[in-house]
Amino acid sequence: MRQNNSITQETQEGPRLRKYAWDTNEEYLFKAMVAFSMRKVPNRETTEISHVLLCNVTQRVSFWFVVTDPSKTHTLPAVEIQSAIRMNRNRINNAFFLNDQTLEFLRIPSTLAPPTDPPVPIWIIIFGVIFCIVIVATMLLILSGIQQHRRKNEGPSEMEDTEDKCENTITVENGIPCDPLDMKGGHINDAFMTEDERLTPL
Amino acid sequence: MAISPYLGGVGLGCLIVSFLVSLYYNTILTWVLWYLLNSFQHPLPWSACPLDLNRTGLVEECWDSSAVSYFWYRQTLNITADISDSGSVQWQLLVCLAASWAVLYLCVIRGIETTGKAIYFTALFPYLVLTIFLIRGLTLPGATEGLVYLFTPDMQVLRNPRVWLDAATQIFFSLSLAFGGHIAFASYNPPRNNCERDAVAIALVNSMTSLYASIAVFSVLGFKAANDHGRCLDGNILRLINAFDLPDQSISRDDYAAVLARLNTSRPEWAAGLHLDTCRLEDFLEKSAAGTGLAFIVFAEAVLHMPGAPGWAVLFFGMLFTLGLSSMFGNMESVITPLLDLGVMPRGVPKELLTGLACLVCFVSATCFTLQSGSYWLEIFDHYAASLNLILFAFFEVVGVIYVYGMKRFCDDIAWMTGRRPGLYWQVTWKVVSPLLLLTIFVAYISLLASTPPSYKAWNPQYEQFPSRQEKPYPGWVQAICVLLSFLPALSVPAVALVQLLARRRRKQQDVQQDVGPKLQDGGVC
Repeated sequence: MRQNNSITQETQEGPRLRKYAWDTNEEYLFKAMVAFSMRKVPNRETTEISHVLLCNVTQRVSFWFVVTDPSKTHTLPAVEIQSAIRMNRNRINNAFFLNDQTLEFLRIPSTLAPPTDPPVPIWIIIFGVIFCIVIVATMLLILSGIQQHRRKNEGPSEMEDTEDKCENTITVENGIPCDPLDMKGGHINDAFMTEDERLTPL
Repeated sequence: MAISPYLGGVGLGCLIVSFLVSLYYNTILTWVLWYLLNSFQHPLPWSACPLDLNRTGLVEECWDSSAVSYFWYRQTLNITADISDSGSVQWQLLVCLAASWAVLYLCVIRGIETTGKAIYFTALFPYLVLTIFLIRGLTLPGATEGLVYLFTPDMQVLRNPRVWLDAATQIFFSLSLAFGGHIAFASYNPPRNNCERDAVAIALVNSMTSLYASIAVFSVLGFKAANDHGRCLDGNILRLINAFDLPDQSISRDDYAAVLARLNTSRPEWAAGLHLDTCRLEDFLEKSAAGTGLAFIVFAEAVLHMPGAPGWAVLFFGMLFTLGLSSMFGNMESVITPLLDLGVMPRGVPKELLTGLACLVCFVSATCFTLQSGSYWLEIFDHYAASLNLILFAFFEVVGVIYVYGMKRFCDDIAWMTGRRPGLYWQVTWKVVSPLLLLTIFVAYISLLASTPPSYKAWNPQYEQFPSRQEKPYPGWVQAICVLLSFLPALSVPAVALVQLLARRRRKQQDVQQDVGPKLQDGGVC
């Protein structure tokens, strides 16, 4: 039973219409790459380029190929060839300057590249930054609110304290208390103020 | 209360509705924040499916649906297949929920003082981003098809009365009527304020913004539809080339129709055997969804195809976040201001503490939406908590002001505030048109809800027609909760009216006793 492998080759997708120039030399290179892949398999070190046969080559560049054993009596099983090509897929692609999408081996699924996984997910980093900013701003607002509250509460009581001190340490000179004169900064002439008026809160 | 003590229940009901709405609305903000945080990387996480365990293919659920849907349903929500299956709390959503409530608390912390400053940014930034999207969207290929689709009226669709009902409810909720938000904000205005100009300005700006936003959105949707259409054509072309062994790229997208016609005439049985998809641009345009599907699936995918995708994603989700935040200001204001006015907390307690407590209570209650079935519950809240109650409250407000308070007294008040009496247009609409419209919408809405058994669309990977969502009816206990949500806030109106009636009657009895008492005493003394 013949077991074939089929390959199709497509040009690069995109607006550039760049056809891949396929001639006998490229076919030779392809045969060489397949033989190289087979030689890496433990039992098949003696595979030659002449053992690789291409057939049904079409213009869009697609063809079938088989690999025969050294005695050229039968072809090698497809599974073996598929696993060999899979091992060296990257080198085969690079030999032709193509990639998995433009050089397609039917029935050989490509091993997909793992997605880049940063050690710390990026969203956690940004989240940390935003959350810290928000917490700091909230703390600032709360603290300023508490300060305002405290200033409002201590404001009238502060005045009362100093007024009490005023009463305790009044130095009297000619019947006029000196301290209130200093405190009020000369705006009000206490000489003409009575006791009651002096104690009115500002 | 100033209008009529019997209608005090309307205010209480508005408070309850605003509380319920702010619960689920901030959960939507949480989802937006999650997407925003994930937009700061290239490639975007919803651009490609993750690989399966042996790295030979993509995860099956993602392969069947699409990378964007998989990211939304599995990696964001981790949704269960049924609403009764609650699942566990998704910690990433819980963390984002805490962050969005923290941001909201920061902006609302001192009430209007901080909200007024924050709103300069949250109201202007979306306009800036919309303009950027508009300019970018109009330069994308396929934008004109989207705009043509937006502005051509479809007579078949317009003949369906359901569409008009949806339009009426949409404009009603878009203006945030009867939430109490307008009343709360307006209470900070000076007494002599030109409220007529404010009302007209709100309506006009709202409609203009909706139009502006829809142009930006539909040009991007047109781009996405053109993109999908192109990819559909490419798939068909590839199948044709593979079947007939033609050289690659020999059929361009424009030639496709001609080539297909030629093949159909020359070899019809081959063409039929190929199972080609029918690619029509209109089908892709009509697929655009609404609500969460629009933002997180359709638009997220559209952004993927723009060059510089992470930047556009950051802009878009940042705009959505600030939009939602400014709506939340209104909601929280209509929750906090009544609480302050009612004097719930003792006098010495600072305002920051009250807002903090309110935000904390809302955050703890909203954790139920971070469960795996959370998005099903959110749909329930969205459909049932607000709609009927708001229409009812708006009806009571209009009737209460015009008929109970009196049209003449109200017009006098407005003349005092604005300097002139309201014209004929206002009087006719207040007295007749608005109550009638509201009643019609209310009756139509109730009949619609009663006629169709309530069901929801579940995301079930085991469903045969996956990725279509499976239509499931609500279980009995969930339906009971729906009914409770719809009517509980509205019940506060008759409840408060009853309480007021009883209080009045008791006071009257006390007055009568007091009048009778001294007379007896006098009689006794004398």
